[in-house]
Formats: sequence, C-alpha cells, structure tokens
Amino acid sequence: MKVLLSWLREFAPIEGDPAELADHLSDLGMAVEEMRILPSLDGVVVARVAGLRPHPEADRIQLVDVELPGAAGAGTDGALQVCCGAFNMSVGDLVPLATVGTTMPGGLEIGERRMRGQLSQGMCCSAAELDLGADAEGIMILPGEFELGASLMSQLGLAGDVLYDLEVNPNRPDAMSVAGVARDLAARLGVPFRIPVPVVSETGEDISTVASVEIIDTDLCGRFGARVIRDVSIGQSPLWMQARLTLCGMRPINSVVDVSNYVMLELGTPNHTYDLALVPGGHLGTRRSAGGERLVTLDGTEREMLRGDGLIVDREDRPIGISGVMGGENTEISDSTSAVLLELAWWDRPSISRTSQRLGLRSEASMRFERGTDHELVPIALDRFCELLDRVTPGGVSVCSGRLDGRGDLPPATRVRVRPSRMSHLLGRPFSADEVRALIEPIGFACQPATGSPSTAALDGAAAARTSGDDDQVDGAVIVATVPSFRPDVVTETDVAEEVARHYGYQRLGRTVPRSPAPGRLTPVQRLRRDLRRVLVGAGLSEAMPNPFVAPDAVRRAGIDGAEPVRLLNPLATEESVLRPSLLPGLLTAAAYNSSHRNDTVSLFEIGVVFGSPQPKGADQTVTGTAAAGVLPTETEHLGVIWAGGEPADAVHLTELIATAFGLRLSLTNANDLGGMHPVRAAQVLLGGQSIGVAGEIDPVVCERHGLSQRCAWLQVNVEPLLAAASASAERPYQLVSTYPSSDIDLAFIVPDGIQASDVRQRLAACGGGLVRSVTFIDSYRGSTIPEAARSMTYRLRLQADDRTLTDDEIADIRNECIALATTIHDKETGRAVYLRDR
Amino acid sequence: MNGPATDTPADVSPEALLSGIDAARGQGLAAVAAAATSDELAQVESTLFGRKAALGKIKQGLGSLPPEQRAAVGRALNEAQQALRTAHAETADELAASARREQLQREWLDLTETPPGPARGHLHLVTQTTERLEDVFVGMGFTVSEGPQAETDWYNFEALNLPAAHPARSMWDTLYLDLGERTELGDGEGGEASNVVLRTHTSPVQIRVMEVQPPPIYTICPGRVFRRDTADASHMPVFHQIEGLVVERGISFADLAGTLEEFTSAYFGKAISSRLRPSYFPFTEPSAEFDITCVICEGAGCQTCQRTGWIELGGCGMVHPNVLANCGIDFEEWTGFAFGFGIDRLALMRHGIDDLRDMYTNDIRFLSQF
Ligand SMILES: [Zn+2]
Repeated sequence: MKVLLSWLREFAPIEGDPAELADHLSDLGMAVEEMRILPSLDGVVVARVAGLRPHPEADRIQLVDVELPGAAGAGTDGALQVCCGAFNMSVGDLVPLATVGTTMPGGLEIGERRMRGQLSQGMCCSAAELDLGADAEGIMILPGEFELGASLMSQLGLAGDVLYDLEVNPNRPDAMSVAGVARDLAARLGVPFRIPVPVVSETGEDISTVASVEIIDTDLCGRFGARVIRDVSIGQSPLWMQARLTLCGMRPINSVVDVSNYVMLELGTPNHTYDLALVPGGHLGTRRSAGGERLVTLDGTEREMLRGDGLIVDREDRPIGISGVMGGENTEISDSTSAVLLELAWWDRPSISRTSQRLGLRSEASMRFERGTDHELVPIALDRFCELLDRVTPGGVSVCSGRLDGRGDLPPATRVRVRPSRMSHLLGRPFSADEVRALIEPIGFACQPATGSPSTAALDGAAAARTSGDDDQVDGAVIVATVPSFRPDVVTETDVAEEVARHYGYQRLGRTVPRSPAPGRLTPVQRLRRDLRRVLVGAGLSEAMPNPFVAPDAVRRAGIDGAEPVRLLNPLATEESVLRPSLLPGLLTAAAYNSSHRNDTVSLFEIGVVFGSPQPKGADQTVTGTAAAGVLPTETEHLGVIWAGGEPADAVHLTELIATAFGLRLSLTNANDLGGMHPVRAAQVLLGGQSIGVAGEIDPVVCERHGLSQRCAWLQVNVEPLLAAASASAERPYQLVSTYPSSDIDLAFIVPDGIQASDVRQRLAACGGGLVRSVTFIDSYRGSTIPEAARSMTYRLRLQADDRTLTDDEIADIRNECIALATTIHDKETGRAVYLRDR
Repeated sequence: MNGPATDTPADVSPEALLSGIDAARGQGLAAVAAAATSDELAQVESTLFGRKAALGKIKQGLGSLPPEQRAAVGRALNEAQQALRTAHAETADELAASARREQLQREWLDLTETPPGPARGHLHLVTQTTERLEDVFVGMGFTVSEGPQAETDWYNFEALNLPAAHPARSMWDTLYLDLGERTELGDGEGGEASNVVLRTHTSPVQIRVMEVQPPPIYTICPGRVFRRDTADASHMPVFHQIEGLVVERGISFADLAGTLEEFTSAYFGKAISSRLRPSYFPFTEPSAEFDITCVICEGAGCQTCQRTGWIELGGCGMVHPNVLANCGIDFEEWTGFAFGFGIDRLALMRHGIDDLRDMYTNDIRFLSQF
C-alpha cells in the first residue's frame, strides 16, 4: 500500500520529520518498506512551445523552440532549441523542460548536445520520464494556468512530498486506504482526523426514475449503493490525479477509471462503473450463480460460473458482472459513454475470496473486498466519486439527485467487553479504563462504561461467562467498546488488547523475563542423539541433509523393495513427488554429486526420518497418544551411512564403535539378497536378537545406476531402538576388575564357509562359566593346507577368575569345553562342521 | 694346563708384589680405557678379573708371604681390584649408552611428511545452529519438544485458529499428501486436498505439547518444515524452524519481549538487541514481528538491513485464546506467548553464505568447512 504524505494531510494535520513519521507507521504495524522523498527536480520547469520545425536530417525528431524567460544560452529570439522525438505538442502548449544540468529521476544527466548536427539545449519530458505517469510516448502537456518558468513539481504540488510504501497486515482492512492510514497516524500523533464531506451538486433527474438496484441473495451483498452521472465526457484526468495514481502504483487510463481508482485508494472502497445506456432500465440485481452461467469479463475472457459465485445481473437476469471481482464486457464504459451508472457495494468476504482465487482474478479491488470494506462509507464514497468526476471533467457533469442504497445482510456492530484488568494482565503493565479509552477512541471505537446490563455486550467467548468476582466489576471499570465498521477483524477482548498495545506502543511496553519452575534440559534420547552424531563425526563421517522428496522410481533405482511409498498430492516436480522410504537414495545421490566433482571417497551420514504408509489404529506409531494414529504416515528415524570407495569392514567397524560408545551388544548376522545390497556381502545388525539395521556393501549395480563407479559401503540403523537401548545401558553397574592373574589360550579352527565366524566366537565366549573374559580374533587363513571352501580361524581367549588363580587343570578343562562346543557347529546345507586345526 | 708354578714370580718379596700390583692396575686401567665397544670391553674383562688375571695370580702368591706382611699387600691388592671393577663398570655404562644413542640416531623420521591419518567429520550447519539455539533456550529453562513432520489438517491449521477457508491459510503454500482420502482444498487454490499435510511450521508440536502437558509449559520446538516453494537463493521447499511456547499463570506481552531480548543477547551477543512491531498471525493476538539489530552493521545501517539497522527475524505474540481453548486450556487462568523463526537463515547469516541452496548440495567442500 503506497501513500503520499500530501494525501494523508487531506484527512489530518500530520506534521513532522518524514523519517519520524515512518517510524510511527512501522511502530503502528504498517511497516514502511520504502520511503521516498520526491525530488523537487528544480531543473524541470514549465516552458512554452514557441515554434516547431522539422529536423533537416531526421524524420523522427523535430526541432522545438521553447520559450523560457531568462534562460541562459537562449538565441536572439529568446528561445532555446530542443530536439524532440515526440510530435504531440502544438505551438503555445506548456510543456515540462528539463534544462541543461538536470539529473532525471532515472539518473540521466541532461547536457547540451547535438543530435544529427542540431543543437539540443535540454529535453522535453514525458510523464514516464518524470516518474509521474504511464505515458512514455508523448510529451506532457501542462495546464494553461501553470506559471511559465516555475518548477514543474512545485506547480504539481509534489515537490518534497513523501511517498511511503507500507506493508499492510491481512487483519488491517482499514489500512488499505489513505484515509485509514491517516486515521491511525493521526491517533498516534494526537491530531484530529476527519473524512471531508463531499460536495455534490445534483442537477440531474431523480435517480429512481432511471435506475434501480435489487439484492436477491442478501447473504452475498450487505449493501448495494448506486449513483447516476450524466454528461460524462471521457478524457484524460488532470495531471495531479495522474501523478498521485502513478505514484501509488495505479496506471492512469481515463477520467472515469482514474476517479474510480482514486476513490478506491482514498477510501478503500472499490467501485464499478457501467455505461447506463447498456444496462436495460438501469437495473442492477445481485445474486449467487446456480452454476454454469457464462460471462465475458472486461479482460475479454469468457468465464464460467460455479454454484455460489456472486453475479451482477440485469433486468432480464442476464449476468453483466462478477460481484466484487470484475465487470462484464457487455456494459463496459467506452469513449462514447455519456451516462455512468456507479456501483459501490459491500460484499460477503468469503464469497469474493473464493471466486477471485478460483478465477485467478485477484485485483486491488478484490483484495480489499476480501479483507473487508467499510459499509458505512458507501454513501460518502458514492458522493466522493461524483464530486471528483465533476471536478476533473471539463465543463463538469450532471449528477442525478439521490442515491440508491439497497440493504442485504450486514454484520451487526460488534460490541466487546473490555476489562482494563485483562489488558493489564495481557500487556504486563497497568492500564486504567481511562487510558484504554484514550487509546482506542481516536481509532473509532465507541466506549461506554458497562454499568448497565452487561449481557447486552458481545463477550469474549467463554471468558464472559466467568467474569463474576472480577475487580473491574466492583469498581465499574469494565468498558463496552463498539467496534467501528472498518475493523471487522476486531471481535474479542484480546483483539482490543492488540489495539491498546499498538497505540500505546509495543516498544513502550515493559520487558520482564519469566522463569520456568523446572530446569531446562534435553531428554535422554535427545542427548544420546547428539552423542551419536559426535561418535559419527569422530569416525570421520560428515553430515549430509539430502532432499526427503524423491522421484517415484528412486525406490526401484535404489533396489529397495517393500510397500508403496507415500506420495505428495501437489508436488513441485515429479522428481520430488514421493516421501523417501529409505535414506539410501538420498545418500547415494549425495555421494554421486561429490564423485562428479572429483571427490570419490566421501563418507557421509544422515540421521533423518523415513516415511511409510499409515498403519491401522493401534499399530506401532512413532507418535503415540494422538487422535491421528492410523491417519498419519509412519515416521521412523534412521541413521544412514555411506562410504563411497569404502569396504564392508567400514560398516562393521562403525557398528562396533557405536556399540562401544553406548555400551551395547550389537552383533551381525550375514544376510543374503537384502534390497539394495550386494547379494552376498551384507549382514543384519542385531540388538538383543532383533534386527535394527543393515551393514555391508551396496549392490554395485545400484551404485552404477547412480553414477558411482566405485564400490560403496553402507550402514543403516533404526535410531529409536538403538537410543532406547543406549539410554537403558547408560545406568549399567560397575564390573569389578579382578586382581588375580589371567591366562591366555589360543585355539585355531577350520571353519567351513557357510558357517559365520560370529557363531564360533559367540560359542567360545559362552564357555567356562564366565571365566572367558575376552575372545580376540587373531587371524584368518586360507591356503593349500586348509580344505576347500573353509578357513582357519585363530582366536585368543583370556581366562580369569575374580577370586583365585586358575589352575592348569581348570584351564585345560575350559580349553576342552571350548573345542567341544565349537565343533558342534554345522553348516545345515552341507553338513560340514567346525573342527580343531591340527598343528 | 699350565701349572701356577711356571708363572709364579721368582721374587715374592712384598716389594715385588706391590710393584706387580701397581703394574697390573696400570695395565688394566689402560686396557679398559682402550675398549671402544661393548664387545671389546667384554674381551678385556677376562684379562682383568679371575684367577688367570695378573692380579689373580698375585693373589695366589699372597699365601706365601709371612702373615705380618700379608695385610699390607692384601689391602693394596683389594684396592687395585676395586679400581679396575669401577673403571670397568663405568666404561660399560658409557659404551652401552653411546651405542643406544647411535642406534636412535639412525631412526630419524621426517615428521613433516607422514601419510594421512584418520579424518574427523563435520556436523551439518543446520545441526550446529539448532544445537546452539537449543543450548541457549535450555539455559533459559526450556525443554525441547519434537513431533511428526506429516500432520493432520487439525494440528497444522485448525487447532491454530486457522479453520478451513480461512483466508490466512494462503500465507503458507502447503504440500498435501496423497493418502487416498481427499477433501476440498481449504485455501481456495482450487482442486482437492487430503487431510494430511507436511507441516508448514513446527506449531503443531506446540499443540501436541499443550494437549498432553498441563501448564506451566516452557518448551521449544525445532525441526524440519515444508512449503511448496521453488528453491532459490533464499527459499527451499524443505527447511528448518524453531518455535518457542510458554504457558503459565500471569504471562504477559512484556514477558514475551523480555524473553526474546534475553535470547537475542545470549545468542547474538550483547551488541545485538531486539524490538517488536505489530503484525498479524491467526494463532497469536496481539501479534508481533520480531526484529534484531542488524548483525552486519550493528545498527549503523547497511545494505543487508536496507539501511534500517534492523533485520526481521521472525514472528511472535500472545497465544490466541482460541488456540488455548482448542487444547483444553482455560485461557482466563493461563496465558502464554509463542515465537518462531528460521534456523537456516541464522546459519547463512553467521557464515556469510549467500545462497541457501549451497547448504543442501551435500558437497564435501562445503560440509568440511564447518
Ligand atoms: Zn545493517
């Protein structure tokens, strides 16, 4: 919303430094995004065209002799010669001349120069060149009463004016107008505000003889005002109006359209004009569409209505406009229009919102209707239109007497009980009833003490039912505030609190720091998740954050099997239309990105959520105790690690590192043909016998599909059970360190392939009734002395007791037990067994 | 075997013996001093000590002396033997130490040229920033709450005072999930929407906390959020937010302003302060925009802050009574405030990163800088 300071001053005597005023506007919630003090452009002056001559060398340029009293460098006839590319002026016209030395708004510096051999001592300016209008073709022709030689901006009354570009919040429909901004600012500055009463001289016949309005659907239209204006001649609006519209972001079109826009900007009341001659009987009706009706709108597009859309219809019930959105082509104003039927209505906000958004026709008008216009301004705005059109039309217009004013369902005035004690409580500083009134009355709230019957006032929801015993009741300080019609957003006591705070000044309210009765903390899982990240970083891994949206085929490309992933209904792109069911595709993409930038051996991890289809009620949900169980997709937090150019051992070592870091027993069990994994180089990660992840090598085919020629290792762990176990393990009791000597024994076994080493190790560790303190892998060996498809594996067992030195006999017994237990392990498929290696 | 008789000096007078001792001592010390290595010293050793050594032989001849002369010669003999032992031991130590020194000298290593060792990885900037923010708020007495990223319309919108068809819903470009059940889009975009969205803010976590935890509540909700925004230098469809919520008896707007000021100086430093400007959010009333002193120019005015000296950080306000009521909290007894701002932008600001997208390429050359 752009406003000019000079325009604001038509409503209130606003004085002060422009920057300070900007601070006030921002502090009132109308953030000043840009403040522009209009240049005085002293070098651009009013000059008269004294003669026009063709350029001897060029067709598209003419030579203009301009008369400018006292101009330096003028010829013997007292005129300057200017080369000009426009041909719209005549001898005698007043035009703006940018004299030599002037810097134009666009930064161009005017110098004396020659164009095709002819001297040019300045520049005749178009409106666009001066940032005062849209017209870039012709030179501005100035009104005859402008003073020759005077500065153009001072003649236009714009020199030193200030243009504010305000950011207006959706809850401030009142601030969508010059008058509304002026009201707020005047209240802050403590100066009086008033909307001048327009003066209309009604010279035409009674309006009821030429026009009528009818509200058919009263829930659509709360108020439908109309005026008829005759003797209209469509022409250009005056420069001051064009300049204001241009500066405020509207393009000047013609006198009628410009006045329409001017009234909308000034009072926040969008309006529409019909060619009265094209509206049968001057009758306007408004109703909701039953759907299927068609209408060509002003932009030449045929629109089809849906059920419920608001329509303007003529006497024959024929659609001639879309309520509050856009008029129809069939009743459009044209150059031949002589009588204008002016519509100024108040529409149901949701209806306008729905229709304008559906049709993609969001305009300055529909935006104001959506936020809510002021129905009480209907007659004033109608009159203001007539007053302005009369002023801008040469010879004036003839306004028919009287207005049409149809009434539908208007919202009743909102009355809010305002307890000063509640204001004080919410804002953290004491406010008396008088202070509250002094803050909100200047912005249109009518306040009365609630001495009478409180039940007549609209109350703040359930709060009202419980106000008995309130201190305010005792001292009679409760206020009943009637909300002005231009603030439909204010409905409750809390809304009034915002107005009180706004006009008192957010910055002036105090600052206190409340203290939580309980100390702040992270939960154990949150702390452990941080620990996990640091373990990973310590292991040389860097944290990536791949896109959680993947392509529909990403799952297949990554070789993952399983249920259909969750899809987005309105994705930005097909490649980002599915929620990832695994971290693998994202980390593969990240590794491939690095590989394509000559970093082939990156090691990346991610801790993130993967998604699955909703599970039936009662099924395991990450989020429990919500009404939404069974509706939401499953969300599981995973750890994913990729080692580009790595080996499966990397994944195994990291698993061991994590186990050590959190005091957990994580084990691996070989697993073939896991989705996305190398067919025979993968294992399940087990925690307490349950699989919580996968370790190993990514299927090289999958890697190649992602543009990775190097082999990649992978670890994926479900974080939730991991950290739950870590949390439980954090309380583990101390194991006494034995003070008795320990003994080591080495055992070498022939282990056929198909039997996993971890089985052998687990058996050995379980021997000796707790006397085997550790089992260390020494080596693994294949060779000519070892049978085919088997390896020799050597383990060192450390034996120790807490209460005695072990005897040679005891050690021999444990050794025998170990051998006996290990050699019972069979490969079920081949029947081959583990046996002790003969040395 | 040579009989001792053949070597027995003919002269066994005490004088002769004493001069023999002197000579043997002198020769022995010279031999020890001449040994250049431990091996040479070991060879010398057998000539110094034992029965066959010069002094050993003299000792054997001692018995032939008369007892009254024996003592003096014996004393001299012992002294000579002691002197040789001491000299031998010292020389042995010196030679061993010298040999060790020479051995170590041969072990020279150029420590400036070693093969690469194990690397340390890096936490993502978003994680680092989130943890820093969490630490500040935990220090101020807050807990950290989490919740699902896919949410029902109720948690993401309705409970936050954004009923279907509320015009303010268009403030967020929402991503909907296709889970079979669909309803008409509430935000007027036309078409259909499902009942489940990817959360557009972490406010649904606030709702979930208020549903299950009776006040007082002091919590923050950091997390991933989603918008239907095309990626550019300052927008990503997936980014991160932190929100805060306090619900307590007697909480006021001044408490909000004070809490944000305390956070601002704790996180950004004493030179940076905060201010609140009126704004609009459906879930707070009064609502405010939360600005901080421009961290680049510290308020003097620069390009980044468009010469205002302030930069917009986030939104905040007093929790709307409807929101408290939706969570079953009596808004006459309890009041609260909430605030929220972006995490990603803080990371960009801190390290002078111009393009948000750089943070999500997962380029190791980016990640390893932080
Ligand atoms: Zn700055």
